[in-house]
Amino acid sequence: MTTQTVKFSIYRYDPDKDKKPYMQDISVEVEPGERKLLDALVKLKVKDDTLSFRRSCREGVCGSDAMNINGKNGLACITDIDTLKQPIELRPLPGMPVVRDLIVDMTQFFKQYHSIKPYVVNDTPPPEKERLQSPEDRKELDGLYECILCACCSTSCPSFWWNPDKFVGPAGLLAAYRFIADTRDTTINERLDNLEDPYRLFRCHTIMNCVDVCPKELNPTKAIGKIKELMIKRVA
Amino acid sequence: MAKLAKRTFDAVVVGAGGAGLRAALQLSEAGLKTAVLSKVFPTRSHTVAAQGGVSASLGNSEPDHWHWHMYDTVKGSDWLGDQDAIEFMCRAAPQAVIELEHFGMPFDRNDDGTIYQRPFGGHMSNFGEKPVRRACAAADRTGHAMLHALYQRNVRANTQFFVEWMALDMIRDAEGKVLGVIAMEMETAEIVIFQAKATLFATGGAGRIYYSSTNAFINTGDGLGMAARAGIPLEDMEFWQFHPTGVAGAGVLITEGVRGEGGILRNASGERFMERYAPVAKDLASRDVVSRAMVTEINEGRGCGAGKDHVLLDITHLDPEVIKHRLPGIREISIKFAGVDPIKAPIPVVPTCHYQMGGIPTNYHGEVVVPDGAGNHVVVPGFYAAGEVACASVHGANRLGTNSLLDLLVFGKSAGDSLIKYVKGEVRSMPEIPQSEIDRTLARVDRLNNQTNGVEVNDARLAMQRTMQAHCGVFRFKDMLKQGVEKILEVEKMVQKTQIKDKSKVFNTARIEALELDNLIEVAKATMISAEARTESRGAHVRDDAPDTPATPNGRDDANWLKHTLWHREGNKLEYKPVNLTPLTVETIELKARSY
Ligand SMILES: Cc1cc2nc3c(=O)[nH]c(=O)nc-3n(C[C@H](O)[C@H](O)[C@H](O)COP(=O)(O)OP(=O)(O)OC[C@H]3O[C@@H](n4cnc5c(N)ncnc54)[C@H](O)[C@@H]3O)c2cc1C
Ligand code: SF4
Ligand code: SF4
Ligand code: FES
Repeated sequence: MTTQTVKFSIYRYDPDKDKKPYMQDISVEVEPGERKLLDALVKLKVKDDTLSFRRSCREGVCGSDAMNINGKNGLACITDIDTLKQPIELRPLPGMPVVRDLIVDMTQFFKQYHSIKPYVVNDTPPPEKERLQSPEDRKELDGLYECILCACCSTSCPSFWWNPDKFVGPAGLLAAYRFIADTRDTTINERLDNLEDPYRLFRCHTIMNCVDVCPKELNPTKAIGKIKELMIKRVA
Repeated sequence: MAKLAKRTFDAVVVGAGGAGLRAALQLSEAGLKTAVLSKVFPTRSHTVAAQGGVSASLGNSEPDHWHWHMYDTVKGSDWLGDQDAIEFMCRAAPQAVIELEHFGMPFDRNDDGTIYQRPFGGHMSNFGEKPVRRACAAADRTGHAMLHALYQRNVRANTQFFVEWMALDMIRDAEGKVLGVIAMEMETAEIVIFQAKATLFATGGAGRIYYSSTNAFINTGDGLGMAARAGIPLEDMEFWQFHPTGVAGAGVLITEGVRGEGGILRNASGERFMERYAPVAKDLASRDVVSRAMVTEINEGRGCGAGKDHVLLDITHLDPEVIKHRLPGIREISIKFAGVDPIKAPIPVVPTCHYQMGGIPTNYHGEVVVPDGAGNHVVVPGFYAAGEVACASVHGANRLGTNSLLDLLVFGKSAGDSLIKYVKGEVRSMPEIPQSEIDRTLARVDRLNNQTNGVEVNDARLAMQRTMQAHCGVFRFKDMLKQGVEKILEVEKMVQKTQIKDKSKVFNTARIEALELDNLIEVAKATMISAEARTESRGAHVRDDAPDTPATPNGRDDANWLKHTLWHREGNKLEYKPVNLTPLTVETIELKARSY
């Protein structure tokens, strides 16, 4: 194996100097060991240090480097270059205000996450030891607690694009269900009340984009379905 | 004279990883007006990548005792750890983990509903007898689960975060008291003074001084660089842990928990070679021991693959359901970064730079302690440190796996408590910030912005990383270290002339990387110079010229080197301080040759 040229078309915008965004055609050589999209981006940045993107863990656990890759949201660090059609088109996550290049303003996303009260509430006095939880009850949290808050899902969701201030979005709702499903949390009713609203929960039309893009293979739609079921049960 | 905008707080915490968040929680709950600064959104801090577990002698599956945990930690540290701090940490562990569970941490569970625990390297029962289940785990995503739980608890406590703010320097007055930090908002490049009655550093590690590392891009030792520039010495920086199992070629970590669940290391002939190096603990010997055994196998031609440059971590004999349930993240990493499904084939691994045992010197209260020039060690008023950036010292010359997450919880909390006592203890004034401190930072930023005919940041960084890798790795050689010191001082000159093309004010990551390199180089110098001077082998620091004799077992020379290194940036001066061999309540754990 030898070095390989990778071609890109990248969304560029620096409000400090650009009147408007443009797509830049650029290519870079990568070594055989450099297989991930992030490896190529890091190399590109050596060539042109103005190219801006977030990154940290480079192993798919921190959620920093979500971007729109050939039309689909994903994490650069765990996307194989080989699987991508070239030129690879990179854009910032859709529907969010662009700060610069591939960096978006995530304020609205985190606001929605915070709005579901993302913490276990249990106002009974804590025991001296751990609160007990059976392995089966703990299993209910699998597929929920692993979320890395990358925003791939919410920024691929049409309902979130239209109402980012009112619709909690798939990531926030997945988190909401994570706390509803936790046997240690004693506020399930308040949590459901908090979502009983034409927008916050019910804007989800089960379009499934979120499931399609989640790099951790989580299923927000299923979690949303479970919340809806609980709402209905509660009424009945 | 440049003026800067100023914000004032009771406390400034720099860093929102496990240590910073645990400390911040104490401060918020005590009602202190607190600012928590982080280069990244809190849950993106590198604590998120920790996999295997957090240690505590809960004894949920079999008998355990904090005293055994303490013994293992002292032995693991090759007796360089301070025994007062180690006792403090091991005693506090069960409470710290139970608290975390109450905060909502989704630990795995045993059938009786208690927290699941797995064996981990170097953790033994009954003072070194046999491996014990002490690592409390949430699958192989313990750090992720812990960091999110701590962040969530801080949301509940209304902690005020300054996200994507990079601290550039700490501010001290003429007497040395710490008055806060100068920080840059990454989105706007605005530089602001965060003045506080007390300052706590929890900026994590600096694994990026090496070319091959399990650490995130952001682990650039900023807290160490800031402290060094402000005249605070750095302790025991020659001790770096090389984790046995980084994915060959990629550096991404495969947790020791894999061996805890039954994984075996094999050489080219399929031999379980650890049986020769550590007959009792085998694959679960301490990390320094396993890493050296692996490098020895590779150096002696028993490595695997075309280049004979790695060994294999084999779990194909485990039940696939155990792998899917207990090690799902590892399976994912292995498929993505090594291209193998560990259910079907072994994972290629090599020792990879992982953890810094040294750091900013503190006591077990999280107070920063420095020599006063008259032979005493005194507290720096208003300055605290916790987590990987700090050196308490509980890890000594080699850290046991799962003891770092514990360190974050225990010392994050104790540093927070000490800080609260200090701030509430008496009325603390907000003195004028010395202009010289502001000028010092602005000069550095201006130099970078105006540099012409300089050095590319990437070139200088690569030169540093390659030098560290070649001259200060798993095995160290007298001549190589000597050359290494010269080389790293040459690299420092490159770093002083770094140049960036990007001059934008908006989210300028080129500038951030250059400023991070200013910190990395301080860490690299401290490491190389401290390592060159220490002419013995101890824990993770192993030299070819340290003879193995009855008086110096495995090259460890207690008569001359049972002491902590302190590196001063000024003149690269070294001094030493004694190891505290006196625990708080129990007997000293006596020096002994280390074997597993
Ligand atoms: C892959 C991996 C797996 C590991 N697994 C385990 C394990 O299973 N068990 C265990 O005990 N240990 C483990 N460790 C070690 C442990 O995870 C780390 O030592 C620990 O998480 C460090 O935590 P911290 O809070 O000190 O720092 P970090 O989590 O690294 O956080 C540092 C914080 O400081 C901030 N910061 C840094 N510089 C600045 C600045 N200039 N301005 C503002 N903010 C700044 C960052 O933004 C971040 O918020 C592992 C380490 C790695 C790399
Ligand atoms: S399923 Fe719901 S949340 Fe997911 S993308 Fe569709 S509308 Fe959005
Ligand atoms: S649910 Fe998946 S896509 Fe959405 S934020 Fe979490 S990890 Fe990212
Ligand atoms: S860099 Fe952390 S998820 Fe990609």
